[in-house]
Amino acid sequence: MTFVVHRLGQMLIVLLVISCFGFAIQTSLGDPLRELVGQAASESEREALREKLGLNDPLLVQYGRFLRGAVQGDLGTSYFHKKPALTVILSKFPATFELVIAATFIIVLVSLPAGIYCAVHPRTFLSRLVMAASIVGMSVPVFLTGVFLIYVFAVQLGGLPSFGRGETVMIGPWESGLVTLSGLEHLILPAITLSSIMLPLFIRLVRGALLEELGQDYVRTAFAKGLPRRRIWLQHALRNASLPIVTIGGLQAGTMIAYTILTETVFQWPGMGFMFLEAVTRADTPLIIAYVMVVGVMFVLINTVVDLLYMVIDPRVSLSGERS
Amino acid sequence: MSEIFRHRLSRDPFALVAAGILVILLFLSVAAPLLATQDPFDLAALDILDSELPPFWLEGADERYLLGTDSQGRDMVSAMLYGIGLSFVIGLLAMLLQLVLGVSIGLVSGYVGGRVDAFFMRLADIQLTLSTLMVAIVALAIFQTAFGAEQFGRYAVLLLVLVIGIAEWPQFARPVRAQVLAEKQKAYVMASQALGLSSRAIVVRHILPNVMMPVYVIAPVQIANAIMSEAMLSFLGLGMPVSQPSLGSLIHSGFEFIFSGAWWITVMPSVLLVVLILVMNILGDFLRDALSHKSHSYY
Repeated sequence: MTFVVHRLGQMLIVLLVISCFGFAIQTSLGDPLRELVGQAASESEREALREKLGLNDPLLVQYGRFLRGAVQGDLGTSYFHKKPALTVILSKFPATFELVIAATFIIVLVSLPAGIYCAVHPRTFLSRLVMAASIVGMSVPVFLTGVFLIYVFAVQLGGLPSFGRGETVMIGPWESGLVTLSGLEHLILPAITLSSIMLPLFIRLVRGALLEELGQDYVRTAFAKGLPRRRIWLQHALRNASLPIVTIGGLQAGTMIAYTILTETVFQWPGMGFMFLEAVTRADTPLIIAYVMVVGVMFVLINTVVDLLYMVIDPRVSLSGERS
Repeated sequence: MSEIFRHRLSRDPFALVAAGILVILLFLSVAAPLLATQDPFDLAALDILDSELPPFWLEGADERYLLGTDSQGRDMVSAMLYGIGLSFVIGLLAMLLQLVLGVSIGLVSGYVGGRVDAFFMRLADIQLTLSTLMVAIVALAIFQTAFGAEQFGRYAVLLLVLVIGIAEWPQFARPVRAQVLAEKQKAYVMASQALGLSSRAIVVRHILPNVMMPVYVIAPVQIANAIMSEAMLSFLGLGMPVSQPSLGSLIHSGFEFIFSGAWWITVMPSVLLVVLILVMNILGDFLRDALSHKSHSYY
């Protein structure tokens, strides 16, 4: 309970910092008057409007107003979409979320077995091959994987769609592409692309963490007791190895969000990242600010979840008191 | 030192080949003004009628353009020669900025300790969680909106170096700080303190030379990372403009033509980019193994 309060306090501070950042962008970018009145208005009209909009107020007062709006979910109105920026972003959220989930699914499904194999059989040919491939994989920028997959599977073989989400179904407010065949088909290439950049890192991570544990005395003891090897690997060693995996894996969440921007751009996936880049090319300031703030909130949430996971994995970790 | 180094290099064929390729690529990019048949930055030298010509082994190729042309009629060979140089210079400068920032902060943080140390290390934590690419994308997006695309294009190199350079300083600061903490305990530091040397002299003259080892290991990998970041940012349209093609913006400009059959505009600079990054990563791995006592690192 103390932990939750402690954590909420930290979250509030981080959110305040993010809001300062958002406000700073808003005040330094673009003149709202230009958007509202255009070139024709006279100087006195402008001055009157500026007074009316409160642009002559002290910065702190303006920031207070910005903050009040942000708390109520009002982050301004998108110039292009003519809708509240937050509404626009949230309508794009399901697309990004489903892409990230699908990619995470692939990462876990591939990196765990591959990493475990490379750790328990470090000297076999296959392990060396996986490690060599992972160095090459780390050197290929994510958009090239996307371009390559599009070229092979969409242009040359022609089997898979290369842009968009396909058919989607509204489940309440959630626009899902996971329930239609066309939606799933559209998901395959982007999900593989997004997972490809993280895979080498996670395979090396799982392998490294597990190798470290396999060298420990308790593993030797377990072998001496005659426990089945599989059980030692998977139940004894892997459980302890999961702590560094979750720590470093959690740190990658930020990178993952950044890579969604690239993946979505390559595949024109109608998610938040693609929308953000469009907003940049259109100089749609409210949307840019809203994206930065929503992503900031997502970071905080993900990090909290990672911290909570520690407690599940390692009962010794108690986050209630001071930081160790 | 260099003796051992040469010996190790001769026994690692992988690293040897990588070093060879790097030297060739660098030579080509330095000699670009002599080798290139066309100045890719000079829009007046381009002929739009020559656009999207294929490389020499395909039908319809023009013998003036060995590897074909891009959508604006730019000779791919010339553009790529200049592109390697531009990508490498941005990578190198960004790495140097990280190095200067990171090593200074690492030295101060480790030597002074206490509040200063806690502040910088927390800052490093936050910066690493946010991820370089995210920071760079947001920062460049804001610059572009503030300045407009044209103004942005003029200062693109400077902005890219600044953003990538500032975003990754913790990569140098953390290992340097750890090393400083270890060196601080040693007798020579205590001796210098007893002699009454200023902190500045102790840190710069005595500790700094002893903490440079991790810096040498990280540097090539950071150049590779910076080149990769530059390419990704350019691909998003947040980096080098099409009129000054780095490898990333060449790939970006060719991407829309991949469906219409002009694959070479994207594929050839891509191959070059991957080779450049791969070579730097292999050399980084080699340096790490050669300079550290551990023969293998896990991560």
